[in-house]
Amino acid sequence: MKTIKNIGLVIFLIGLGIFTVLPLIGNFKLDQTTFDQIVADKGFKSELFIQSMQTEVVGREFSGMTSLSPKIVDALEKANAQHRINKEYKKVIYTSPHDMASLIGKTSGIGFIANNKGLMWFLTFGLGIIGALLFILPNIILQGKKGIKNDGIYHENATNKGWVAWLVFIFLVSFYLVLYFRPEFATNWTYLVDPISESLSGNPAGHWFVYGFMYCVVMTVMAIRMYIKYRHNVYQMVRTTSVLFFQIVFAFLIPEIMTRLQMPYYDFKNAFPLDYDFFFQWNLKSLLNSGGIGLFILVWGVVLTLVIVPVMVYFFGKRWYCSWVCGCGGLAETLGDPYRQHSSKSLFSWKIERWLIHGVLLFAVVMTGMTLYSFFEETSTVLGIKTQSIQNTYSLAIGSVFAGVIGTGFYPIFGNRVWCRFGCPLAAYLGFVQRFKSRFRITTNGGQCISCGNCSTYCEQGIDVRAYAQKGENIIRSSCVGCGICSAVCPRGVLKLENGPEEGRINPTEVLLGNDVDLMDLVNKK
Amino acid sequence: MEHIVIIGNGIAGVTAARHIRKNSDKKITIISAETDYFFSRTALMYVYMGHMKFEHTQPYENWFWKKNRIDLVKAYVNEVNHESKTLLLSDGNTISYDKLIIATGSKPNKFGWPGQDLKGVQGLYSKQDLDQLEANAPNNKICKRAVIVGGGLIGIELAEMLRSRKIPVTFLVRESSFWNGVLPKGESEMINEHILEHHIDLRLETNLVEILSDENGRAKAITTDKGDTIECDVVGLTAGVTPNIDFLKDSGIALGRGVKVNRFLETNIPDIYAIGDCAEQHEAIGNRRPIEAVWYTGRMMGEALAQTICGKKREYNPGHWFNSAKFLDVEYQTYGWVFSEKGLKENEQHFHWRHSKEFICITIAFDKNSRKFLGINTFGIRMRHEIFDRWLTEERPVDYVLEYLKDANFDPEFYSNYEAEIISKFNTEFGTTISPKKKSWKRIFAKA
Repeated sequence: MKTIKNIGLVIFLIGLGIFTVLPLIGNFKLDQTTFDQIVADKGFKSELFIQSMQTEVVGREFSGMTSLSPKIVDALEKANAQHRINKEYKKVIYTSPHDMASLIGKTSGIGFIANNKGLMWFLTFGLGIIGALLFILPNIILQGKKGIKNDGIYHENATNKGWVAWLVFIFLVSFYLVLYFRPEFATNWTYLVDPISESLSGNPAGHWFVYGFMYCVVMTVMAIRMYIKYRHNVYQMVRTTSVLFFQIVFAFLIPEIMTRLQMPYYDFKNAFPLDYDFFFQWNLKSLLNSGGIGLFILVWGVVLTLVIVPVMVYFFGKRWYCSWVCGCGGLAETLGDPYRQHSSKSLFSWKIERWLIHGVLLFAVVMTGMTLYSFFEETSTVLGIKTQSIQNTYSLAIGSVFAGVIGTGFYPIFGNRVWCRFGCPLAAYLGFVQRFKSRFRITTNGGQCISCGNCSTYCEQGIDVRAYAQKGENIIRSSCVGCGICSAVCPRGVLKLENGPEEGRINPTEVLLGNDVDLMDLVNKK
Repeated sequence: MEHIVIIGNGIAGVTAARHIRKNSDKKITIISAETDYFFSRTALMYVYMGHMKFEHTQPYENWFWKKNRIDLVKAYVNEVNHESKTLLLSDGNTISYDKLIIATGSKPNKFGWPGQDLKGVQGLYSKQDLDQLEANAPNNKICKRAVIVGGGLIGIELAEMLRSRKIPVTFLVRESSFWNGVLPKGESEMINEHILEHHIDLRLETNLVEILSDENGRAKAITTDKGDTIECDVVGLTAGVTPNIDFLKDSGIALGRGVKVNRFLETNIPDIYAIGDCAEQHEAIGNRRPIEAVWYTGRMMGEALAQTICGKKREYNPGHWFNSAKFLDVEYQTYGWVFSEKGLKENEQHFHWRHSKEFICITIAFDKNSRKFLGINTFGIRMRHEIFDRWLTEERPVDYVLEYLKDANFDPEFYSNYEAEIISKFNTEFGTTISPKKKSWKRIFAKA
């Protein structure tokens, strides 16, 4: 069994290794007709850009994106700079240089990788999946009987912030940096999944399709790990199945199929303000121009945030979204599960959390207010501040850096819910409802707590669960995403996630059940 | 300002300190030689198993003590002088007190076995024991086999710990079945099976005779009263615990096995109190033992004594008995009294149900004449403490308990429920026609 695991690890690392070098290798050659086509499609009017592309790029063969990308970026930046000096604003090209490199790179791939997509898929994704499964499946036997399986978590390098964890951290952060800021380097990755993308939406894959596909693959493989690890706990099995379903069907398949049907690309479960650009002008325009379905999406999006989300939180707590439906939560609960113990439980972290997450919510709300004001008043500024620049700041700082690079990249160091805990504006909004108007609570079982600390240690949201449990108090925290792990790892059956009457949900106690009834009355009466 | 000094920073002492602080402005000092800060003793096993780091077992952050003006002194108390109201510490310093709380807990029993003080022989109680185990048994190369002597709660935890590092374990149990002085037969037998399933070499009705030494004074093997010699590198002594009160021998404080206290937790000396594992009641309370070495009772004594210290004199008056434990993968909870065959009370009748495949079972004790519900043991099913506490107070008949058993279930959502199966077995055995009522939030959260 150990051997199978090791073979699996080697196969996985080979697949991962090939995947990792892909951005740096491969040949690119932009031919004249393709370039003319792009210029015509995009309506580029900058003769400077076209000319320098003609001399520097078209017809030449480049080895690796590292040699192609700078030429395109340079051509575009120089052309735009010159046009601005000349005040020829009509000729300025507003596509970002790296998106341009990505666009051109995608159409100019030649050679082995671009011509052997299926094989390359197998050598990367295929080997990765097979290797990971060979690594994970023997756990059915190796982990022994069903029960809590946290043996050795703090002895293992990978789960105790050792060098493996730091390598994973560097890999994840780099991956997100490429995705958000240097998409041209993802070009070879897009070739791997072109056949899948074409079969779904009819279009070749972009780097976001790579991400979406990879997201589903990673979640599925890691969900299998969850099923094995938590097979003693039916709640975890059902919940894992649910997040997996919503990721694959709602976040991945439906939007792609909608594209094929000439409908707007939309993830029906992604609620504003997590879906922060829902009210951006380009999105509203696109929805309003898409006929009935566009209008339906518009109404659905508003109803989802204003009615469905809070009503569901009232009945079930925010877990129905954060750990049963949400994509970010889905990744955190599968890929992130080995790192859940790293969330800080200090009071200091809680203070930072409250300022930060509510700050982001405020930011999102103000930005959206400005956006809507600009939209209806047909102005580009609010009180002298450019709406566009606020949107750009949010997209960069919150949408890309916080949610992506930090949110997922920092899994191995800060735990798996960094974004959900410190940044997600939707989580902040759901948290208000959960804290003040909900039937959900984690019930503490009388006086049974032994203060062992397993619940707090494995709380991914950094809630000091034990602090409540050892006082016999129910846990009513706005940040609780209801993953149910505290209840799963409790050795004494103290914690239970449940939805019940609001009355008595919050139950401050001093003297615990089991002691003198009169004393309890005396001390607990507030 | 009155100075309250507490010896021992375990659950009893710390609970007392916290409650005294809530209710007063008194100066509070906690003295411990074991650790700088309070930690959960019951969680030590999880540190060895790699579930947690030691700091995770500390329920309060380090700033907590200063903020709440609870002074911590790391020292060992050599002597208590009640006439001058001072403590003599091992480092030569003295500390004076106005009121003294002794909460020094327990130490592992040693019954005079030959070789019991050899290297590699240890108990599992303190932080030092944990550190020692880490040194004695870091892996299965250095510790090729461990023998555990004593089949109680600590013994099975130690076995689980060692197994988590794939160390072969031989488990010597004096009784004919695991913990059957406490657990009824059906349950005890189920745990035997579970122990074997975990590849632990369980040897029932077997006693330790001698621990053999190698040339370096390390344990190398043990012999049993069955005539076996078992080679091993570590011997775990887990045959119960005894109050840790040697330092009080000549103090004038009345001692039995523990520090003798009355219902107010007062010793024979004014202004000196004892709580937790080390306190011994003059007369047992109800069915309880005079010395209750249990996490929960330590906490309850701390809660009660703090009121007395703060001027609201209270007896230690525990409510209905409850306890919990975990046997490898099987959780155990108990509410009220269920005695084993050895200690069965008059008129106590048992109803036992066990799942056909899983290690899940319950035993309900009731009075065969009045049908009054006496208590329940559950294995692999979580139950609501509050509900059973209420039913015990209301002296419900066993039939009522079964009828409303769904209200008491505390298993996570989506778990299989066994009430119907349990009740149908009860009906068959006792000729009743009970049918289970649907779970009702209204009843569950009704205030008694």
